[in-house]
Amino acid sequence: MKAAAQLTAAAIVLFARLITAVRGIWQGTEPVPRQRIYFANHVSHGDFILVWTVLPAQMRRRTRPVAGSDYWLKGKLKTFIGRDVFNAVLIDRDRTTRDRDPIETMTEALDGGASLILFPEGTRNTTDAPLLPFKAGLYNLAAARPEIDLVPAWIENLNRVMPKGEIVPIPVICTVTFGATMHLAPGEDKDAFIARAEAALLSLSEQHGAAA
Amino acid sequence: MTEHQWQLIALLGGAGAVLVAASAVGHVLQRRLSPDRSNETIENLNARINAWWMMVALMAIAFLGGRTGVIILFAICSFAALREFTTLTRTRRGDHWALAGAFFVILPVQYWLIWIDWYGLYSIFIPVYAFLLMPIVSAMRGSTENFLDRVAEAQWAVMICVFCASHVPALLTLDIPGYEARNVLLIAFLVIVVQSSDVLQYVWGKLFGKHKIAPVLSPSKTVEGFVGGIASATLLGACLWWITPFSFVEAAGMSLVITLMGFFGGLVMSAIKRDRGVKDWGHVIAGHGGFIDRLDSVVFSAPIFFHLVRYGWAVT
Repeated sequence: MKAAAQLTAAAIVLFARLITAVRGIWQGTEPVPRQRIYFANHVSHGDFILVWTVLPAQMRRRTRPVAGSDYWLKGKLKTFIGRDVFNAVLIDRDRTTRDRDPIETMTEALDGGASLILFPEGTRNTTDAPLLPFKAGLYNLAAARPEIDLVPAWIENLNRVMPKGEIVPIPVICTVTFGATMHLAPGEDKDAFIARAEAALLSLSEQHGAAA
Repeated sequence: MTEHQWQLIALLGGAGAVLVAASAVGHVLQRRLSPDRSNETIENLNARINAWWMMVALMAIAFLGGRTGVIILFAICSFAALREFTTLTRTRRGDHWALAGAFFVILPVQYWLIWIDWYGLYSIFIPVYAFLLMPIVSAMRGSTENFLDRVAEAQWAVMICVFCASHVPALLTLDIPGYEARNVLLIAFLVIVVQSSDVLQYVWGKLFGKHKIAPVLSPSKTVEGFVGGIASATLLGACLWWITPFSFVEAAGMSLVITLMGFFGGLVMSAIKRDRGVKDWGHVIAGHGGFIDRLDSVVFSAPIFFHLVRYGWAVT
């Protein structure tokens, strides 16, 4: 199972490179093996794969995407990819049914030494707006573990590769731009922090970078 | 070994010797002028030379693989070029199926038609069938916003990256009396002349360049680079007449045509980059940029070269 998972991971990375020729741009921070929370814009189910692909190989193993269990535990293949291949931190996004606070699940993963890939918009953005308003999760996590670096990661063009509802990807070159690390400032309240995090992520985008 | 295999080995040996000399010069320049790797021009020069080693090695492997090797190599180049071109187009969701068709149907079919040597279809497949079918597919999606722009950009992408590029391996299908089994040398001739023209224009421009030839399109191109590069590459091409079905003078004429087409192709592709605000088409080839940055002059010269040879030398 372990070998199958590693082989599948390699195949997925190869496929991602073939279709998107994805390239990481480190702007204001370096790819060093520190524990980090990468927070990125969310336009497709392939988002975390691109972030994961551009990380140096030894960092990939310690970096776990945070994903919705409602999607990734549906069906054998998705469970295999989500749980075994990417070792995702699976959280239940539905307040009414969940038996555990997602923040608790994520801090547990952080305490285990893992870095996380997080999508603070909470759901895929299918609107024309560059970014949906962030949910509180990123703030709560930053407050719970204030010493861990937060790194904004802007994924460019993946929405063109596979718009929602399409089943065939078209090859378009994608980039993942990593910005300067940030932390929750002492005394900073939730709204101020969320606004700062949104601006930091948006400033890395090609089209919206100047406006932000 | 046959005569043409010896000629191929001689060409590769020549290219290898040029690269050894270039690498040596690059190394000395670095030691002298950029010991701390701070001189951008020299670092870029060395990155380009290293990438050339890679490209020559790939061409050599493709030539060893014969028809299959060359067709696969250029199909891969077309795919990478089309991926770069699509990235710069302003196509939208409504073009999704047309573009998927370009990558996964039109591109393989075009190279397959060359593989089976069906001139009558591969010479019109994209200009006629893809030309009419792609906008139909886009129109069916019902989005009219900037429709003509989007369709035109997708058409252009496929013409340049697939149709034009595929005329390099198409040289293998020409039936030239007295030149049987040697067609791969025509590809070597085309690629060597066009690429050395690019390199020689760069070298002449760096050494003697003063007067800009197209300041708006491509500020690094100069009159001195253009004249020196085209003239020396034409002379080089003429001196390669022995690997072609041409005489010395004919080889010079062919070389002049393809180096001029290559030069203007570079300008056209520059204009597109300027408009879209990018410096390079991609980042795959260190020092050069993307595939299109390296192939722009080849795609513009290949179809013209193909048809000149076909009408002048081949039995049809």
